[in-house]
Amino acid sequence: MHIVIIGNGISGTTAARWSRKLSDHKITIISSESKHFYSRTALMYIYMGHMRYEDTKPYEDWFWKKNRIDLIHDHVDSIDFDKQNLKLSHNGSLHYDKLVLALGSKSNLFGWPGQDLDGVGGLYHLQDLEYMESYSTGLKRAVIVGGGLIGIEMAEMFHSRSIPVTMLVREDSYWSNVLPQEESAMINDHINKHHIDLRLGVNLEEIVGDSSGKAKSVIVKETGEEIACGFVGLTAGVSPNVRWLKNTELEIGRGIKVNNHLESNIPNVYAVGDCAELTHPRPGRRGVEAIWYTGRMMGETAAYNICGKPVSYNPGLWFNSAKFFDIEYQVYGEVPTNMPEYMSTLFWKHADNEKSIRINYHTETKAVLGFNLLGVRYRHEVCEKWILDKVHIETVLQHLGLANFDPEFYKEYETELITLYNSQTGSNLTLNTKRGLSKVLAFLSK
Amino acid sequence: MKLFQQFGLLLFCIALLIFTAMLGIGTVELTESNISVEDSYHQSEILKIAAQEGLLNSPKSGIAFITQYNRVISKASDALAEKAKTGLPDGVQIWDYTIADWRAKNYVATAVTQGSSGPVKENPLLFLFLTFGLAIIGGLLFILPKFNEAEGIKNNGIYQDSLTRGMGLSMRYIYLLGTIIAVIVYGFFKLQDFFWPLVTVILGLVISYFVFFRQHSKDNNPQRSASPVHTGWLGVIAGTYMLGFYILLYWAPAYINNWITMVNPVSEMLSGNPASQWFLYGLMYTCIVIVMGVRMLTKYQHNTYQKVRTASVMFFQTAFAFLIPEILVRLNKPWYDFKNFWPLDYDFFYKYNIDELTSSGSLGLFMLIWGIIAIIIGIPLMTYFMGKRWYCSWVCGCGGLAETLGDPWRQLSDKSMRAWKYERFIIHGVLAFAIVMTLMVLYYYFTGNSSILGLNIEGVKSWYGFFIGAGFSGVVGTGFYPLMGNRMWCRFGCPLAAYLGLIQKFKSRFRITTNGGQCISCGNCSTYCEMGIDVRSYAQKGQDIVRSSCVGCGVCSAVCPRGVLRLENASGDIAERTDFLRTIHITEDEIKILS
Repeated sequence: MHIVIIGNGISGTTAARWSRKLSDHKITIISSESKHFYSRTALMYIYMGHMRYEDTKPYEDWFWKKNRIDLIHDHVDSIDFDKQNLKLSHNGSLHYDKLVLALGSKSNLFGWPGQDLDGVGGLYHLQDLEYMESYSTGLKRAVIVGGGLIGIEMAEMFHSRSIPVTMLVREDSYWSNVLPQEESAMINDHINKHHIDLRLGVNLEEIVGDSSGKAKSVIVKETGEEIACGFVGLTAGVSPNVRWLKNTELEIGRGIKVNNHLESNIPNVYAVGDCAELTHPRPGRRGVEAIWYTGRMMGETAAYNICGKPVSYNPGLWFNSAKFFDIEYQVYGEVPTNMPEYMSTLFWKHADNEKSIRINYHTETKAVLGFNLLGVRYRHEVCEKWILDKVHIETVLQHLGLANFDPEFYKEYETELITLYNSQTGSNLTLNTKRGLSKVLAFLSK
Repeated sequence: MKLFQQFGLLLFCIALLIFTAMLGIGTVELTESNISVEDSYHQSEILKIAAQEGLLNSPKSGIAFITQYNRVISKASDALAEKAKTGLPDGVQIWDYTIADWRAKNYVATAVTQGSSGPVKENPLLFLFLTFGLAIIGGLLFILPKFNEAEGIKNNGIYQDSLTRGMGLSMRYIYLLGTIIAVIVYGFFKLQDFFWPLVTVILGLVISYFVFFRQHSKDNNPQRSASPVHTGWLGVIAGTYMLGFYILLYWAPAYINNWITMVNPVSEMLSGNPASQWFLYGLMYTCIVIVMGVRMLTKYQHNTYQKVRTASVMFFQTAFAFLIPEILVRLNKPWYDFKNFWPLDYDFFYKYNIDELTSSGSLGLFMLIWGIIAIIIGIPLMTYFMGKRWYCSWVCGCGGLAETLGDPWRQLSDKSMRAWKYERFIIHGVLAFAIVMTLMVLYYYFTGNSSILGLNIEGVKSWYGFFIGAGFSGVVGTGFYPLMGNRMWCRFGCPLAAYLGLIQKFKSRFRITTNGGQCISCGNCSTYCEMGIDVRSYAQKGQDIVRSSCVGCGVCSAVCPRGVLRLENASGDIAERTDFLRTIHITEDEIKILS
């Protein structure tokens, strides 16, 4: 049996690795972006000079041959689903028995005037990075349109080379469609602290080009202001890279529609990662979740299904992480932007305005529901266990040290959190368990 | 602020320039009164030939003098050998009558110390200020303003900087092989010993054979080994300068007499003795650890672990490696570094050292027992509780230099599987060599036999001292900082690290834990691991990291953008520390239920 995987990002690569672990089938990965798998999340670090491209490859180049995973560095022009054949740009055609589509995303463009000018680009592919690089020498200012994770990454990238940055954010506060108000405000302050010109509640009217077709400025819709710049970063989110398959028999909504076994409507064709859209996502989850971790879990799940061990896709409890300049962010479980009726929250913020801990819990049952952390590290497994076991908020607080994952000698804030809770509720809790791995091991094995 | 820093950099460059130029300053003159040799027949012969050659009473630059004086002594020795044919003075053996190499070396060194004159000799403190002083002031002017920068990870531009980028792969091969071959060839001429250099070459080839063929590493080209496409030439220049410094320091100290003269007043003040090249080195080492330690503190303002750890290495270097030993000497006690243990301190069991300690009263005896107890009980116990980090990145002097001076180059360590294979062979090979050598030395101590199984014990000692003690730990260990990373010695060579590593691997509470499924495989951890551990390969599997080489510097945890790594100790699960894989989220049970 020949398993062919289109796309060598985290989803496709994980599917290939697990297919190899579970079977002896022939496995081929095709990608036109790069010959080898590299970590997309590390693109910014190449630009910033923290790493070289080679350092972003999670496996050495000989790994693929050793694991008998064939790599084809080529572009798939079209897919013949009836004959189970792929047509490649340079390497003729390729037959598959099982096909995994791990096509990733494309940067969103909203038809802005001037979006096709030179010096306008997103940040998703290795080629985008090269494009940014080619405009960076002597760059006087970059304007970034979009206030999400990629936008702030791009701001940090230019900032690392002392290139002034203006960020146009549609919302009234940074990433406020995901972060609760308080956290979002902290990030606004942090962005400003790095001297990024952050413009909130504004939209892009148009990108103005010069006579040679190169972007020279942007015009802000609300104020009409023209901001001169040599590069425009369009980072208003991503969407599944499926347009080229729209006129095939493959069922496509926002992404490629898949069931819980990650099978598409066509036999032997699977879709994983950013490009897949679950027809029946689990309660509280979205159909398309373009994040690293779900891509990895989907790759693993698809491999099981392909290799004759049917298993349903179960991403488990929601978790995610990011970093906004110098502030790390972790989230476990339910952390909505607007508190629903049933939810209470305990929010603590450090005086330096760069650390915060939020614990959400059920108002009635007092069961913990979610953790949202800025500048503080919490232990994934402990938070997950508390949430899945519906542990009482007061029990959690008394043993909060179990969750602490900050490096040794870091100041511990558990008691401050408990004091805050006591003052809000009139309770009289104390910290019973401080941090330490031995206690965690005992707790997790219970 | 920028101006301050540029001025600091300028001061540092001036200091470095003066320091280098000092090699050519001043003159050396041989006179009848300052020639100081042990035997009268040596003296008369040397004086005679020196007069013939025009060296007597004729001031020369240091380099010219050393070259010519070496020739004079060699001629004198030949002349004495000729004379010996007609009979030796009463009770003198032929090897005492001619001038052996080690004696010639002493004669040259003494002549240079005694016969030198010039600005440095007249104004040592001025030169100390112009070099050490300016370099420290300049360094601090450059570093201190960084306390004002925003806290956070400061790795911007490291791979765009010619000083920190490292060498291209082919350049690296040439440099590394060239250095190894040069050291071995030099060792052959210097020690006049063919046997051990040959054994070393053969062992090197055998290890390469194992790595390349038996362990199938031939086709596994190390693309990920921290080698850029374009070599950073500033780094190569810095590395070459450091290599040169170490070669002079270890093998040709007569040439750096001016540097030693300059630190004389400091040595007199501390121990009451004139400075040696080792005092110069100790003073320099301590200054560098302190200044670059301050740099480390600015870089990791936000990270308490890094701050405490850096303060610790600064303290142990200043107090334990530098001040206490000098003060001991002032009190007529043996020079002793209480935190330098065998087998890193490879001459601990040498006869002269044991004799010195046992004849220095109760303190000397305490030192001997302290050293032995540390090896047998102290080190294993400490390593059981917190891993080898308590020593390697908190206490050790080599580690201290690597973590301060070497920090800008930590990313240059080779992360390839092939390098790991080499590492395991070489470091355990050095440990075995140190143990065997020490057993032979002890055999000599207790029996008085100077050879065993036909092997000359002195020869083994000399080769270990030359090749491992000087060549590996000094020349390559530090000279290669800007070329292949700051832990070359600690990773590939240090026998104490090997010993600590074995304990850490098999019986220690220490590990680096990974935080559930949060790893995004970005590779910052692997890139900044100075020991070349591919941390990411564990983190992305959600597997705890237990590696014998890990020195627990904590930088992987610091640079992780997702809060995935934490250095931790726990006793409950020592045998299964690495069994659990956190990112696997499908269990076989689940499958049975569904299918």
